[in-house]
Amino acid sequence: MKASNSQWKDHLVGKIEPGLASEIDAFDSEIALKKQGKMEDKVFAETRLRRGAYGQRYDNGQRHDGLESRRLAYANPNTKGPTTLWDAPGMQRIKIPFGGLNATQLEVMAELAEEYSDGIAHVTTRQDVQLHFIHIEDTPTIMRRLAAVGITTREACGNTVRNVTSCPLSGVCRDQAFDVTPYAKATAYFLLGHPDTQDFGRKFKVAFSGCGDNPCALVRIHDLGCVAKIKDGKRGFEVYVGGGLGTVPYVAKLYTEFLPQEELLPLAQAMSRVFARLGEKKNRNTARMKFLVVKLGLEEFKRLVEEERKILTPDPRWTSFLDGIENQQETPLRDPGLLQIENAQPEDFRAWRETNVYPQRQAGYATVTVALPLGDLTADQLRALADIARKYVNETIRTTVEQNIVLRWVSEIDLPSVYSELKAVGLHLAGAGTITDTVACPGTDTCKLGISSSRGLAGELRMHMAENGAAGNDAIRNLRIKVSGCFNSCGQHHIADLGFYGVSRNKGGFAAPHFQVVLGGQWTENAGSYGLAIGAVPSKRVPEAADRILARYTKERTEGESFQAFIRRIGKAECKKMLEDLMVMPLHSEDTSLYSDWHDPREYTTGDMGIGECAGEVVSPLEFQMTASEREVFEAQLAFEAGDLPKASKLAYDSMARAATAMLVWNKSFYINSPDGVVEAFRKEFHDTQLFFDPFAGGKFAHYYFHAHELLGQERTAESAHRLIEEAQLFIEACHSCVGRMTAVPVKG
Amino acid sequence: MEQVNVKIFAEPDTQISLEDAIPVFHRWIQKRDLPELLIDVTDYSHVIAGPGVLLIGHEANYSLDNGRNELGVLYNRKAKVEGDSLKQAYEAALNAAQRLEQEQEFQGKLKFRHDEVEVTLNDRMLHPNTEEGWAAVRGEIEAFLDGLFEAGRYSVQRPTDPRERLWVRARRTN
Repeated sequence: MKASNSQWKDHLVGKIEPGLASEIDAFDSEIALKKQGKMEDKVFAETRLRRGAYGQRYDNGQRHDGLESRRLAYANPNTKGPTTLWDAPGMQRIKIPFGGLNATQLEVMAELAEEYSDGIAHVTTRQDVQLHFIHIEDTPTIMRRLAAVGITTREACGNTVRNVTSCPLSGVCRDQAFDVTPYAKATAYFLLGHPDTQDFGRKFKVAFSGCGDNPCALVRIHDLGCVAKIKDGKRGFEVYVGGGLGTVPYVAKLYTEFLPQEELLPLAQAMSRVFARLGEKKNRNTARMKFLVVKLGLEEFKRLVEEERKILTPDPRWTSFLDGIENQQETPLRDPGLLQIENAQPEDFRAWRETNVYPQRQAGYATVTVALPLGDLTADQLRALADIARKYVNETIRTTVEQNIVLRWVSEIDLPSVYSELKAVGLHLAGAGTITDTVACPGTDTCKLGISSSRGLAGELRMHMAENGAAGNDAIRNLRIKVSGCFNSCGQHHIADLGFYGVSRNKGGFAAPHFQVVLGGQWTENAGSYGLAIGAVPSKRVPEAADRILARYTKERTEGESFQAFIRRIGKAECKKMLEDLMVMPLHSEDTSLYSDWHDPREYTTGDMGIGECAGEVVSPLEFQMTASEREVFEAQLAFEAGDLPKASKLAYDSMARAATAMLVWNKSFYINSPDGVVEAFRKEFHDTQLFFDPFAGGKFAHYYFHAHELLGQERTAESAHRLIEEAQLFIEACHSCVGRMTAVPVKG
Repeated sequence: MEQVNVKIFAEPDTQISLEDAIPVFHRWIQKRDLPELLIDVTDYSHVIAGPGVLLIGHEANYSLDNGRNELGVLYNRKAKVEGDSLKQAYEAALNAAQRLEQEQEFQGKLKFRHDEVEVTLNDRMLHPNTEEGWAAVRGEIEAFLDGLFEAGRYSVQRPTDPRERLWVRARRTN
């Protein structure tokens, strides 16, 4: 904690918008109350989350150091949330509406990264910026310094309206209907702190796209997604609702083909009210709006929203932002110019220009993508970028959902100079938006939920693809690789060509990091469809798995055949066959290399677990049955692929029942044959005892099984069958995790 | 002075992989024989001219740092120090440098120089990068450098960019 915090408070008096200042002052008071023991952990946790102050891995004071689990001996016993120690470092998320930043804001982030964090600012998959290893008592100062340059962290986390994202090209895009930037901005600030958005059971995500085809804003993975549309000369939006990735992804449904622009904010408000009133509050695992839309049905949801709309008290902010909106446009700093492609230009510049430069709809101007490895940049780089943004553009800077930064309105004639200045500070990496531009959530590096090292794998794949010349292979260069550290999809693996999410596997009593391979997701059309998992590969073998898939595609694709079409054509069974030998784990005694993760030499554990004393003897039959259940869920996917929904649904259910049975046999030697009996026993032995509870998701995965049992024999739609398969896969993963937890050794002091 | 950072530089043209520091720092956590509470290792070796590989601690971070593309060991003190904070930070950095040189991953490959040191005061409010800020700490820093290199036998460099933190880089002269 910094001694200068109180001085900053005094120094910034009068320099912060009063509403924000009092909001931060209130948080300061809440910190003081918590330190005095006058605030409950649960309440303080939500209040800090609503300010973007998030927990980080090991903040429960426990960490496996590679030899054993040990307590981190913080002297201060206070807590900042349930099982979250006061002094343990945390993460500060900084909301950047539509990704828009100016040079001064970059400079302040540089200062904060240096003084409070580890020298790095991290761009997220939702256009936020995150700082890690922050002390909770420094967060009000961080908030004040940000607020002084017009940034709020309010509602960056928690059950709130999260950052409103937008296509970073909007306004300069060649395909857009119109610039959605002012709409995204108006929505962000209208909903921020709005009384109707304060009682959600879960987060609420909003995105805007200027067109329907390009993926820049990914509207269809959002609770509320708006695509610009012009009808009869009037501006409006094609609106989607109820999308979301998370454990089981939902593609957003079309709410209306055209919403007049005047109705945008009223709709967002009415929808917020319905979500606040009817959304699940007790079980956070079913509290996202996607579940409400499914539960009510789209038509009923619409009816309720429309009813709510009718009774809203008119608010001048609904339309005040529309004054002159059609003429709003950023202005360039320099005159337009055209740059010819010349052989005399250095090869590295030409390679960079090919992938990182987007010619704008405004002739003579281009948008430059600054590719950030894993979304990271240093304080020095932030300052250099601020200088470049002042020198060449009117500080028109945006973050992107691909964890990069763009500079808009670069005169084409300035491109060599901009490249040269970026190169001087190591921001000149080519390959933006290609297979080397891997995306990853924080994973086990800093996230409490991480199972495998997503950043480690993504970094490795980035280097691997670059070394293999993947960027020079026309067949695969524009494919996307996205990696999540767990099933929660922060790395957006569902919508990648090659997606991976972290899971664990036990072999002979030893845990090993794995990644589920997810193929066939659709990045284009605003993330139009999701992929399905085909099997878990040990982390260290994922690059080889990727190579095989890509080589096969390169060799066997037909003319013009997309990667998704290719995967559909050869089928998931064939995909799995390609990787089957990689999925077989050697015993720990034979080869330990697969029992640690990328860039982390520690013996792998989940949740700081060790090896159970009897694991070697009793796990093997369990492993056998778990393997069989994985086979069944895979076969369910094949049946789904073949259009046989009843068979797919049955196999998915059977895979869950088999895994549940295996768990009962393993734990208590229960042998039960009837489906009802297995469910009943599983509920009693694993759910009611909370043995099966995931530390963060609680009993969610058990409920997938119970729900599937309730609906057993009922006809399913393609969508619900797809979801059942996803849920079956997750239930099986949860069984693996449960075994890991139950065979853990106690933590040492 | 508070929030003192000290960087000791490696020999020029040192050829090592930053990633090799990862297992080293994990071992340091296992051994628990440094005075700080050590928490975790974080890897930024993929960032050009970045902070390299960090050993995150509660009171301080250690790192094999590559800021400005200059390899060195950096000690970043976060907690208050009773007594001479500059001496404490320098000794911690020196200790880390000596340990790194002895680690199997770096033996014979990594040597730190003892003729140059960079001191950064990591708090712009307490130690602004201004003439006044420099005047406030100059005596203390120069006394330390006199002890390290002998008075009058070193040159000093300070930041030209006012946005940077207050830092001083001193190099022994012949």
